[in-house]
Amino acid sequence: MPASSGQTTIDLEARQLFCERDDRVLFDHLDLRVRNGDLLQLAGPNGAGKTTLLRLLSGLNRDFDGELLWHGEALYDDYSGYASLRLYQGHLAAVKKALTPLENLSWLVSQWSVAEDDLWQALDAVELGGYEETPCQQLSAGQQRRVALARLCVAPAPLWILDEPFTALDKYGVTWLEQQLQKKVESGGAVIITSHHALENIASLQQLELGSVRA
Amino acid sequence: MSLGLVGATIRRDLTLAARNPGEWLNPLMFFLMVAALFPLAVDPDPKFLSKIAGGVIWVAALLATLLSLDALYKADVEDGSLEQWLASGESLYAMSLGKALVHWCISGLPLTLMAPLLGLMLSLPADAYQALIFSLLVGTPVLSLLGAVGAALTAGVRSGGLLLSLLILPLYIPVLIFAASAVYHAGIGMDYKGQIGFLGALLALAACLTPFASAAALKLNLSR
Amino acid sequence: MWQWLKRLYHRLGSPKWFYEITAKWIPWLAIISVVGCVTGLVLGLLYAPADYLQGNSFRIIYIHVPAAILAQSAFMMMAIAGAVYLIWKMKMAAWVAKVIAPIGAGFCLIALFTGAIWGKPTWGTWWVWDARLTSMLLLLFLYFGVMALQQAMDSEESGFKAAAILALVGLVNIPIIKYSVEWWNTLHQPATLKLTEKPSMHPDMLIPLLIMIVTTYVFFALLVILRTRNEILWHERKRSWVKDILEP
Repeated sequence: MPASSGQTTIDLEARQLFCERDDRVLFDHLDLRVRNGDLLQLAGPNGAGKTTLLRLLSGLNRDFDGELLWHGEALYDDYSGYASLRLYQGHLAAVKKALTPLENLSWLVSQWSVAEDDLWQALDAVELGGYEETPCQQLSAGQQRRVALARLCVAPAPLWILDEPFTALDKYGVTWLEQQLQKKVESGGAVIITSHHALENIASLQQLELGSVRA
Repeated sequence: MSLGLVGATIRRDLTLAARNPGEWLNPLMFFLMVAALFPLAVDPDPKFLSKIAGGVIWVAALLATLLSLDALYKADVEDGSLEQWLASGESLYAMSLGKALVHWCISGLPLTLMAPLLGLMLSLPADAYQALIFSLLVGTPVLSLLGAVGAALTAGVRSGGLLLSLLILPLYIPVLIFAASAVYHAGIGMDYKGQIGFLGALLALAACLTPFASAAALKLNLSR
Repeated sequence: MWQWLKRLYHRLGSPKWFYEITAKWIPWLAIISVVGCVTGLVLGLLYAPADYLQGNSFRIIYIHVPAAILAQSAFMMMAIAGAVYLIWKMKMAAWVAKVIAPIGAGFCLIALFTGAIWGKPTWGTWWVWDARLTSMLLLLFLYFGVMALQQAMDSEESGFKAAAILALVGLVNIPIIKYSVEWWNTLHQPATLKLTEKPSMHPDMLIPLLIMIVTTYVFFALLVILRTRNEILWHERKRSWVKDILEP
């Protein structure tokens, strides 16, 4: 079921990134490179710029200095090409309460073409089987987050960029997500993640500590 | 199967409107009530009413449109849908156009369908009904398109509804002038093709240009 | 030429350079404003002949017309400054746009106020829905919208950007609004006497008017520069060159 991502080459590179917010320098001279099989965890205290960096790497925020390269070329030259290969999940789930998990999930993956059977299976995988057609307002906060995370199973994007995905998940959800991350990395995909959750049991883990740079 | 994100969003928003009818019914009721105020406040004499009916219906339609605009992007900004649009790499221009279309379906279209009822209440001359329908059909999409720019600009502002009205009302003046005049002229038996033609030109212009402004405004809500 | 323009652009973008160069301009602009205003008004109020229809009341033209012209071109300048900010992210442009808005609205108010005063002897009432006055009123609304939007945003930066987008939308709309208001006006029995509609003005009347128009532009430039300098000091307050000025 997981999208086969072994063939696609992942090569996201940041060179000499500099970013400031409200006259405060978040990071400076920041270099990083993410390729197939990498799991990059951004660490650092609150306000260190983890979310900002994730949004830069996703192409959502273009307010920075430095270079951002995808396959060696400027990321924005072919933004829609890049966007179809990376999945971005921010703090906000983008789940509408009046819609059912199935409707929400189908919207969330509508930039790719995903068969409806796969959506049912994905909801099953996140333990929402039986709730597929219940309006989301009747579900708990954790269940609503799982609706958004269900697309990790179906979206054919080799690169995941996840902002605090463990928030509001229960024990089962945490284990499930850890397995997804592991599987993703082992199958040749790549993940960039911010989380206070320990991910040490995944072998290829790299950590980048933010908040130590002060200009 | 796959409609693309824009198509899927249009479908999703229409489903939402169907599940939550207050969203588009309340402005309609407001439309009705505002129109009922004029005979009460000014003069119920049919002769007088027939003269102002077109203008009153158009002012009421304009205000009702403003009411439903506030919600156009607000929820999408708050729940992260907007973030997902930008992340999808699909054109924000097409998305803005799609959202304006959705807004017209839940605002301009029902207003147009209900306007003849208001015409009856306000003694609109029989000759003017056709002009009323045409002017609303061509004019209300312009209101949705221009209004969507305001909605995108104020989506991140806490009490943006009033602000939105301040921004958008002056921009609505040309539509109001030509539409109300079309209805009035039809009522006194004169030709009104010119006015409808001008509204059509405004619609073409708005459909081409406003999505650029909306798209730029939507990005503002993300740059935080 | 291109190189020169590029250099000028980079210099204009530098707040420090702007602050220093304008310090030298301010006295000249102030002198021109005062001299121009005195000459224009003396010529206009004392030496220009009275209007054959409106008598002496037409003399308010020397305030009304320059204010109205300026209110309109200020909106255009504000929108252009906003566009420069949106496209090239030049912060100076955002500050200039912010500063222009209340000044332009002020000129708009002056034009409306003098129009009303003028209307009283001409039409016998303070307010007539004359095409020009109505357009001016709508322009004032547009200014209000831009200012309200800029202040309502959480961060100053998105306020600047939002105001710039709105100003550009307004700029495209202004000709459409003007045209439709004029068209509407011709339908509803226009006031027989149109303010300021003179096919040919006597040179004695025209020259003071031209002087006043030019002077108003200079005065406007002076106001914008003074207020932009304040913005510069505020935004650059943490830079050393500003600290040196403020605490010598």
